Amino acid sequence: MRNRAETLELAARLRGHFERAGAAPVETPILQPAETLLDLYGENIRGRAYVTSDALRGEQMLRPDFTVPVVQKHMEHGAEPARYTYAGEVFRRQEHDSDRANEYVQVGYEVFDRENPAAADAEVFALISQALEGYQLRAATGDIGVLMAAVQGLRTTERRKAALMRHIWRPRRFRALLDRFGGRAKTPPTRAALLATSDPMATDVPFVGKRSNAEIADRIEALRADAAAEPISDNELAGLETLLSVRETMPFALEHLRDVAVDLPQITVALDRLEARIDALQARGVDVGSLDFEASYGRTSMEYYDGFVFGFYAERRPDLPPIATGGRYDALTRRLGNGAEIPAVGGVLRPDLMLEIKEAAA
Amino acid sequence: MSLKLGVPSKGRLMEKSFAWFEKHGITLTRTGSDREYAGHVDGVDGVSLVLLSAGEIPRELAAGRIHLGITGTDLVHEKLPRWEQQVEEIAPLGFGQADLIIAVPACWVDVDTLDDLDAASSAFRERHGHRLRIATKYHRLVREFLTDAGVADFALVDSQGATEGTVKNETAEAIADITSTGETLRANHLKILGDGVILKSQATLWRSRTAVYEPPEKQSLDAILDRLE
Repeated sequence: MRNRAETLELAARLRGHFERAGAAPVETPILQPAETLLDLYGENIRGRAYVTSDALRGEQMLRPDFTVPVVQKHMEHGAEPARYTYAGEVFRRQEHDSDRANEYVQVGYEVFDRENPAAADAEVFALISQALEGYQLRAATGDIGVLMAAVQGLRTTERRKAALMRHIWRPRRFRALLDRFGGRAKTPPTRAALLATSDPMATDVPFVGKRSNAEIADRIEALRADAAAEPISDNELAGLETLLSVRETMPFALEHLRDVAVDLPQITVALDRLEARIDALQARGVDVGSLDFEASYGRTSMEYYDGFVFGFYAERRPDLPPIATGGRYDALTRRLGNGAEIPAVGGVLRPDLMLEIKEAAA
Repeated sequence: MSLKLGVPSKGRLMEKSFAWFEKHGITLTRTGSDREYAGHVDGVDGVSLVLLSAGEIPRELAAGRIHLGITGTDLVHEKLPRWEQQVEEIAPLGFGQADLIIAVPACWVDVDTLDDLDAASSAFRERHGHRLRIATKYHRLVREFLTDAGVADFALVDSQGATEGTVKNETAEAIADITSTGETLRANHLKILGDGVILKSQATLWRSRTAVYEPPEKQSLDAILDRLE
């Protein structure tokens, strides 16, 4: 474990850096109501966060990150635009790798601003990049919004698009669905048998459980409709394939994606946003010519991000988790906002890891 | 000190464990009254018998308080994260076979695979405002299995017994539990998903990697391993 005093001192300095950029310091409770987090992340979060409970308040979680409580706080009574910073412990259950810390300090910067999303993206990235100057890290960026736009604009049924959107953060599942909707995967025998039966509901099996007969009938109808729908075209599938494989420096990635937009014109607006972001980063002095962009970046571990995503990695320490991560999470503000929403982007730093790298280099 | 051998303290598991060792020339006996958890080992020197609940044997092995122990694969995998580093499998014993499976109501004619379960979960959540509940006591194994398979919108609810009844009682929509013959599942109008087998389990002899082996314990261990060959 890093010397705690040193870590806290660095955390305070980093928070000062964000305060000078105009952020208001904000505190959040360590115990968070589990329900909100379970709703957002699903059962999965139990494997990643510590759950505890009492008889009065029910299940509580030790804060696994600051973003959710900071968004909640802002949505309740924040003035616009707003910039926040925080520094404090987060807690993560580690069931696979005992070398990974289960308690560590995060310092974050979050921007809630409707005016100019590209400028806000660039502002967060540049401030974090500045804080990490001299640490010799590799930055990776991506944009989940491009893939989302591609899926939403597919010429196929709404139900298929909803299924793909639901699994956008689970690459394997996404791929399996795409293969099925594209007619590339064989229909499972059980499904074929079900569809071949004229009245599959006519069984002598007694009915049990809360999922009603009507729901079962609805799904069978949906499966029949899906079987009758045209497969997603090879042209669109090939476009998605190319899109997902784009991995170049930012300006070249944009160029490459513009080519993809010939087959998938629905991504044009998302690409205009990417272009505006590149300009804004450049205006902030970021060397975009050497900044990596991967179209699939951030699809696994960053479930609430839905636009720009980024991370900073110590290349000589592949054993370490990213030193900093962040991204845009407009949809999260919608889900936590009870009807309200605001474009938001932010990022977090790990001062303990920064010290570890510095020490190794010295 | 002596080499400590942990054996399930009750019922058929204990009897079959005793019989398995007997076949290899090692006699385990309970001593004292029927209710007293004390025992004796003949056939190898320096081994003491520890009678324990099968559910506690993984923990005792991981803590190194017993050197050898008999318990199911399911319990070791569920209770010990990164179990390979804490225990070593010495021999499957050929009894206590059971599969950890996912089962849904047999009346769900539209659900036969994990893929179907995922789609049904999504629609269920939209309709009922809560996630599809799966009753189990194997939280970690089930969560990792379903996450890996890309099933979303489910919630695990704890059930320490009579798990098959939770569906009828509407405290869960599906279950994940151990079954050997499938009899109880059928009686409760449930069916196993085609790709819903999480783990095939049986009673197994394990060695603790964390226990201390001084020369006398090492000697007793080698003597037992020789018998098993």
